[in-house]
Amino acid sequence: MSLFTDVPQAAPVAVFKLTADFREDQSPNKVNLGVGAYRTDECQPWVLPVVKKVEKMIVEDSSLNHEYLPILGLPEFRSSASKIALGEDSPAVLEKRVGAVQCLGGTGALKIGAEFLRRWHNGGNTKTPVYVSAPTWENHNGVFGNAGFENIRPYKYWDAQKRGLDLAGFLGDLESAPEHSIFVLHACAHNPTGTDPSQDEWKQIAEIMKRRSLFPFFDSAYQGFASGNLEKDAWAIRYFVSQGFEIFCAQSFSKNFGLYNERVGNLTIVAKDQENLTRVLSQMEMIVRITWSNPPSQGARVVATTLNDPDLFAEWKGNVKTMADRVLLMRAELKAKLLALGTPGTWDHITEQIGMFSFTGLNPKQVQYLVKEKHVYLMASGRINMCGLTTKNIDYVAESIHEAVTRVQ
Amino acid sequence: MALLKSCRIIATAGAYTPALGVISHRASSWWSEVQMGPPDPILGVTEAFKRDTNSKKMNLGVGAYRDDHGKPYVLSCVRKAEAQIASKQLDKEYLPIGGLAEFNKACAQLALGPDSEVLKSGRSITVQSISGTGSLRIGANFLSRFHTAARDVYLPKPSWGNHTPIFRDAGMQLKAYTYYDPKTCGFDFKGALDDISKIPEKSIIVLHACAHNPTGVDPRPEQWKEMAAVIKKRNLLVFFDMAYQGFASGDIDRDAWAVRHFIEQGHNVVLSQSFAKNMGLYGERVGGFTVVCKDAEEAKRVESQLKILIRPIYSNPPMNGARIAATILNTPDLYKEWLVEVKSMADRIIRMRELLVTNLKKEGSTHNWQHVIDQIGMFCFTGLKPEQVERLTNEFSIYMTKDGRISVAGVTSGNVEYLAHAVHAVTK
Repeated sequence: MSLFTDVPQAAPVAVFKLTADFREDQSPNKVNLGVGAYRTDECQPWVLPVVKKVEKMIVEDSSLNHEYLPILGLPEFRSSASKIALGEDSPAVLEKRVGAVQCLGGTGALKIGAEFLRRWHNGGNTKTPVYVSAPTWENHNGVFGNAGFENIRPYKYWDAQKRGLDLAGFLGDLESAPEHSIFVLHACAHNPTGTDPSQDEWKQIAEIMKRRSLFPFFDSAYQGFASGNLEKDAWAIRYFVSQGFEIFCAQSFSKNFGLYNERVGNLTIVAKDQENLTRVLSQMEMIVRITWSNPPSQGARVVATTLNDPDLFAEWKGNVKTMADRVLLMRAELKAKLLALGTPGTWDHITEQIGMFSFTGLNPKQVQYLVKEKHVYLMASGRINMCGLTTKNIDYVAESIHEAVTRVQ
Repeated sequence: MALLKSCRIIATAGAYTPALGVISHRASSWWSEVQMGPPDPILGVTEAFKRDTNSKKMNLGVGAYRDDHGKPYVLSCVRKAEAQIASKQLDKEYLPIGGLAEFNKACAQLALGPDSEVLKSGRSITVQSISGTGSLRIGANFLSRFHTAARDVYLPKPSWGNHTPIFRDAGMQLKAYTYYDPKTCGFDFKGALDDISKIPEKSIIVLHACAHNPTGVDPRPEQWKEMAAVIKKRNLLVFFDMAYQGFASGDIDRDAWAVRHFIEQGHNVVLSQSFAKNMGLYGERVGGFTVVCKDAEEAKRVESQLKILIRPIYSNPPMNGARIAATILNTPDLYKEWLVEVKSMADRIIRMRELLVTNLKKEGSTHNWQHVIDQIGMFCFTGLKPEQVERLTNEFSIYMTKDGRISVAGVTSGNVEYLAHAVHAVTK
């Protein structure tokens, strides 16, 4: 008799199952528009040249060792990472009320932030609503639910009809949310829709959040990757800080540094003053200690070395722009080809959306057609990863979408 | 928690003035009620050590290996593995949620042995974890969710300080069984058996596979055998914590003997492994969590649930350390070299223990210091009392935790005489 007789088989995580199915597919035409990782025009993973350079430096530096990092992580990583989000000259930085926790990727940063909020926000009331966009990255629900929040709700975001932001719906949900609710905001390159509020729209969002005492928890997984410009992609975060908000910002360096498997993330904390910040960080330490004790050293070293050296920093920005530019090119090409094919519907959203993902607007039946008949793999939501497109496969993908739209309703 | 809430209400009421309601909120912080966390006892030791200007100062709090010059030691096989990996120009794509397959396989094999029936039948699952802490955390979460038969986790008295908050945060109840005998500075075998024989069925019992932390006191094989029998009789779920395989005796098979024995006796254990110490990969966070199941089918179900637990914490684990460990474990020359290096680390620790006792005798100490040699692994429970520890720190700049635990790794042939002199001074 086993203790685990009653353990049920869990369903696989959809995005990874998609890639697994893609791998098994024998079709020579297969295209993977699923999981969110950058690909070159040869459809290969890309280790950034600056990362290769820095990793070589690290391996050859015999003065470096593998000792434990402090619980909150590598200090030079934490401070430089926060400055990337907030700007070096941010008043919050200058006033020394910015702190950070090095975490395992963006997921880890969300996790530590969520665990902190569950304990210390709103009197530790686990029924405090956590609002995530409709739709959102599916793991947002997992992270906050697993951290003990009982009340995770959607806020209106994607307007399927007009294939854009449902601003009125979003603002309406902000107005009606209970005070002290937590709102998870995508700093840029919204996942999965690729649709971001404009600067003016962010201002409206911020105004309501301030008036109604709502807590902003930014998820910043694509800084630099969205527009190709670091400052532009951080505008919303910086605006909120300039308006006096205390915020959490979960940063990921998986995409913009291509360091996916080294799990490099940073939870940036902006507090009202240094005294509050000190207490917050002390509690963060306790949470980290019972989760992973201290974070992994390799990826943080690569990022810290790069961000703190002017030449390497410039090289990195160039690498990031290379990736962002290729995505922009694929967007332009896909839209052009669909228009040329006369594919029914409007396709402006392909170029208006930003970042790695596009919410095509394809329905589940059309998606199934693409996967089963055309061996083009995308998420059931109609989300495609633009990085999966190349100059070699874009014609096939455009034609396949055309078929799906015209044959399947 | 109730007090916290009422404080908040009082604070808000005091701050409220109708005209300035909005402004007073903007000026206040979300975090006013956040308490200052207590300082970490071990870190506090290191902080104080850093501030001390005495040239003879010794940090015996550190839980990391040091060479005979008191310096961190990067294993040669690690450097070679790193060079090999660098030359392969691998990509940096996400690992699967469960981690690097070749690491998981080698990690399980290291613990269970290459001839393990468990591995041959495929009735276990090993997932890569964030070193030992991460492994314990995943394990605690898994048991909390799926071991609904019991909430109680029994730790040896004493145990690693972080065990308690990890299991507690996962929703388990902490209990203890007798382990350390302060009178002998050794294992209270009878006390342990007495306590264990009374543990309610299906409870979870945590066993340190080797090099018990903090005491350095391990059961002998005959004692492990009796414990295994009693634990089987009580129908307890065994959770092995193995953070020092190879590091304790210098022999990886000998250090894993208890784990393997229990499995042979039919215990389907759960196991946490760390490669922080035995490969010196501390900051790379390399570990494994293993569940031994009834059969391969059950192992698949358990694996699927472990992934569900891992995803909302950190999605998937870090590559670098696991890749290094896998390279070492799977490359015969590097593996051989690793075994030699692990043995040399363990041997240096053993030699320092012997030197310390020799020097204490030379100083004229009449106390029985045999336990310093009998204990095993990185740590030694000296038997020193808090007042004696304080004197060691204040008068001799020797830093350790208040419980009298020293990290033998911080002892060198250069400072062992000074240490013996100081210990004798405070105990004579």
